Amino acid sequence: MSTAVPDLTTTGGKVEVVGTRRGVGRLPVHVVMALLMLLWLVPSIGLLVNSFRGQQDFATTGWWAALLPPKDLSLENYAHVLAEQGLGANFVNSLFISIPATVIPIFVAAFAAYAFAWMSFPGRNILFVAVVGLLVVPLQTTFVPILQLFGPKGLHINGTFLAVWLAHTGYGLPFAVYLLRNFMGGLPREVFESAAIDGASPVSAFFRLALPMTVPAIASLAIFQFLFVWNDLLVALIFIGTNTANQPLTQTLAGLVSSFGSGLQYLAAAGFIAMVLPVLVFLALQRYFVRGIVAGSVKG
Amino acid sequence: MDRIITAAIVVFGVPAVLIGYIWATEQVLRVVPQRARGRVRPWLWLAPALVLLFVFLVYPTIQTIILSFQNRYGTAWVGTRNYEWFFTAGPGLSALLNNIIWLVCLTVFTLVVGLAVAVLADGVRYERIAKTIFFMPLAISGVAAALIWKFMYAYQPPGAPQTGTLNAVVTAVGISPVPWLTVDTFRLNTFCLILVMTWLWTGFGMVIISAAYKGIPVELVEAARVDGATEAQVFRRITLPLLAPTLAVVATTMIITALKAFDVVYTMTNGAYNSQVIANEMINELFTANQQGRASAIAVILLLAIVPIMLFNIRRFQAQEAIR
Repeated sequence: MSTAVPDLTTTGGKVEVVGTRRGVGRLPVHVVMALLMLLWLVPSIGLLVNSFRGQQDFATTGWWAALLPPKDLSLENYAHVLAEQGLGANFVNSLFISIPATVIPIFVAAFAAYAFAWMSFPGRNILFVAVVGLLVVPLQTTFVPILQLFGPKGLHINGTFLAVWLAHTGYGLPFAVYLLRNFMGGLPREVFESAAIDGASPVSAFFRLALPMTVPAIASLAIFQFLFVWNDLLVALIFIGTNTANQPLTQTLAGLVSSFGSGLQYLAAAGFIAMVLPVLVFLALQRYFVRGIVAGSVKG
Repeated sequence: MDRIITAAIVVFGVPAVLIGYIWATEQVLRVVPQRARGRVRPWLWLAPALVLLFVFLVYPTIQTIILSFQNRYGTAWVGTRNYEWFFTAGPGLSALLNNIIWLVCLTVFTLVVGLAVAVLADGVRYERIAKTIFFMPLAISGVAAALIWKFMYAYQPPGAPQTGTLNAVVTAVGISPVPWLTVDTFRLNTFCLILVMTWLWTGFGMVIISAAYKGIPVELVEAARVDGATEAQVFRRITLPLLAPTLAVVATTMIITALKAFDVVYTMTNGAYNSQVIANEMINELFTANQQGRASAIAVILLLAIVPIMLFNIRRFQAQEAIR
């Protein structure tokens, strides 16, 4: 599974050798690629340009009009959205939700993954197969009972950050355990055997050996979980619900898009604010993201 | 300010507690006889994860199955009435049909474009940039994608200046503008929604297919060419068969994504004009209609639709383990 997967980020500058896997003429390839790339870029560029335009322009022309002079672009929309519509608070909420909901499942999963990878016990395989099965369980099948559990007759935490932290931890665990266990299972056996011979306890073998060697997988997992939680709408809708003070960006944005029509210039800016952090995280850590995708592609 | 303190306590406190827990178990194990330690320890390490998995996934799933046979308040048994409602009343069947369209089209679109990009971009000088362009939407939320595409699909009546990208193109070539998201003839609006998800997910397929494609030995392809195979034959007889297992993996993920499709539909149309999907109908029944029993039945139907994929994944996993 982890064998010789070429790295997306290192293949760019590869020198063409004599043979190629494909022999199609160069020109058609470039034309098709150029068209596809344009198709994939235009929607985002449209939004970006729109976010700098004023209300007047919005009513009469499309975003492409701003590419020609006279250019009338400003940061006004961003200022308005962040200050007057309070989207800054939603941005902070998203951070409050995402960071703990990323950190907690990683720790819980790491211990379980180590047990699955390096301890033998009856039922180990069946239990892990169950985890693989849980990977694809739709969150919808859990909402009603958990809403009751979190509700007034239960823990009474609906609408709080605690509710979403707990929910995201539970929902994120199958993938976290799966990814980390597969990675830890691939570590060299000799390392752990010689540590055991030297009298190291499982605890020190875990913290001194397994954990440091698993850092690349943990990095992949952290990016995944962070992006998943940051971009999540469904879990927030269910467990934050109508408690506007705690709503993340996605929830507020979804509300704004539903009433698409007025204040479009602000909406464009709001959309870009919601995208900027995940895209930056993604661009900075693309390599880990790709590795995680290729290694964990059983996930749904 | 309170919230910052709470979050800090959680971010640092929870891992600290967990580490403390593992350390404590080792102290406790010292009193346990040597031979029993190896049998007890794994369960102590697994306990936090197993408890959370049980509370948040296993127990609720069982409970939802039970609730799906009860009335809207969960106070009386109604047999299979909730399921009958789904398969006979309008919204359920319409959503089901849409999900089938989603399943077929999203899977085919992402596979075809993903494969095309993986193969065509291989070895070109701008490969890295090209891949990043296709890959980047994967970092964006469904909500943000919905917003981006609202501007693409924006519609003004004929005669008015078209500010939406697609309708500007359409009117430029002399066709009258199309209100993309409200036309349900041939389920056009559903296709428009699927296009948004295709835009989001193609990069996923591309990355996985590309990794497998680069793993195909050049010698194999060269040998076929020397033997006189045309490029089309090389692709059909060598490349495709070798990529088949990878394509299957991507397909299963896309099928699940299609079945679970929610954000884009919720945000762009909320199911109006016959564009409803199962996942959004479930939320509708739960919150708008207050029909807990029906919502549970829909969730169970969604789960049942996913079970074949679950079994496929488990079998694939076991095959991987066998060669490990």
